Amino acid sequence: MLFGILVNEGPYQHQASDSAYLFAKAAIEEGHKIFRVFFYHDGVNNGTRLATPPQDDRHIPNRWSELAAEHEIDLVLCVAAAQRRGMVDPDEMKRNKKDADNIAEKFRISGLGQLIEAGVQTERLITFGD
Amino acid sequence: MLHTVNKSPFEKNSLETCLRLIDESSSILLIEDGVYGALKNTSVSDSVINAQKTTKIYVLGPDLKARGLDKSSLISNIEVIDYKGFVNLTIENEKIQNWL
Repeated sequence: MLFGILVNEGPYQHQASDSAYLFAKAAIEEGHKIFRVFFYHDGVNNGTRLATPPQDDRHIPNRWSELAAEHEIDLVLCVAAAQRRGMVDPDEMKRNKKDADNIAEKFRISGLGQLIEAGVQTERLITFGD
Repeated sequence: MLHTVNKSPFEKNSLETCLRLIDESSSILLIEDGVYGALKNTSVSDSVINAQKTTKIYVLGPDLKARGLDKSSLISNIEVIDYKGFVNLTIENEKIQNWL
């Protein structure tokens, strides 16, 4: 079965991103496919490549990048939420004349239409948030 | 329809709202702090027990364990499932309502 996942909360602040990750992992282990994870509101903070959590803690952004690389999952940050919170990819860096980008591997920035598309293209859309 | 509730009933009223709207085709999965709604002898356990007449109630085991709880603290007939069980519930139910 094809799944879409919506994550509305940032890493380490709330359990949403952990629950979403463990759900995605279990779905893949059961032979299902994750079409897209859409990160909305504070959820966009899951896509930073500048995080350095303590070594004995889980690395939430890297964990998403690795899962996406291994299983071809589309990780999308909402552009409006990303702009507000300083999440920047190379295109956004140029467009908004910033001096750096900070997006982690396998994440991309796009619009809310990607969430709607995930709802249309997948058979189930699951929301994790606060 | 599958309903997931992720808030403690002692913090927010999402479980109460969910219980008001369910019917016999519903299943409820308690996750994250929502697992506190599965405890016996609390101010909400009577309404949970009442809902069990029509609705199957599940609780996510890893979230229960993370809070130092186990099956012995729960209302009877609440099924403890893992993430694989969570995935299966989302497949068995065509529609999913995630109460936040």
